Amino acid sequence: MTRDQIAEELPNLAESKLTALVVDDSFVNQTIHQKLLNRLGIENDVVTNGKEAVDVYCSGRNYDLILMDMDMPIMNGIQATKRLREMGIESKIAGVTTRANEGEKKEFMEAGLNDFQEKPLTISKLLSILHKLNFYVQT
Amino acid sequence: MDALIAQLQRQFRDYTISLYQQGFLDDQFTELKKLQDDGSPDFVSEVLSLFFEDCVKLISNMARALDTTGTVDFSQVGASVHQLKGSSSSVGAKRVKTLCVSFKECCEAKNYEGLMLCYRCVRCLQQVDIEYKALKTKLQDMFNLEKQIIQAGGIVPQVDIN
Repeated sequence: MTRDQIAEELPNLAESKLTALVVDDSFVNQTIHQKLLNRLGIENDVVTNGKEAVDVYCSGRNYDLILMDMDMPIMNGIQATKRLREMGIESKIAGVTTRANEGEKKEFMEAGLNDFQEKPLTISKLLSILHKLNFYVQT
Repeated sequence: MDALIAQLQRQFRDYTISLYQQGFLDDQFTELKKLQDDGSPDFVSEVLSLFFEDCVKLISNMARALDTTGTVDFSQVGASVHQLKGSSSSVGAKRVKTLCVSFKECCEAKNYEGLMLCYRCVRCLQQVDIEYKALKTKLQDMFNLEKQIIQAGGIVPQVDIN
């Protein structure tokens, strides 16, 4: 998709100053997710596991959106999501994982997710997350 | 020069289509190509390099875990396969991913254990090793064709898979 086509889908893209945090232990996925976000003009940072995500928030940083992987060492996506919600963090959290059976999905959602997408992520799946989370709602 | 470019472009198109038809690549590879642009002209090959590094690392981990001189930790093997499955799925490496799916089922199978399970896992691992190396060679050939087209002054064509 060209930037013009994307801008048609998301009318406020030009003014958007959205920020996102990629939480994933795979370099392959980190690279792809960051590129997807860059393509949509979303500033982003990356951490390699749930604990680093929590630490980043503890250090005072904040993001509009978190793309949270499920399986990670030290602290996984479910634990990190629960911890962030306990801390009162209200950022939108989208769970992004290959684990998609109903039980695992439910457990992840119940940890405090706002949305869930099956990996691998594509431009249209990311757009669907943004739509679902009302990031570009026109008032 | 134009005739050369046209010939190279045809070769590239045919080769790329054959990779999809033979099941080496799937739609996710197409998605990666969409993300490649003037700002990041080597995006696809960079991501694939990371994937091949993953293959080397994870296969080596699994080979170590399956070394029967100690106790085999099949859950460790399963965890590595899960990671490789994720990586291969993310780059569109279809055959590698399919092998990882069967490999995972192998690790989780309740009807085998001990040495028999170990043997089956080692066989799976050997297949994964062969398959990722085959893909690496194929993609190297594809990237070389791209380079030749550019060096001849042409543009790499968009290949429509359907």
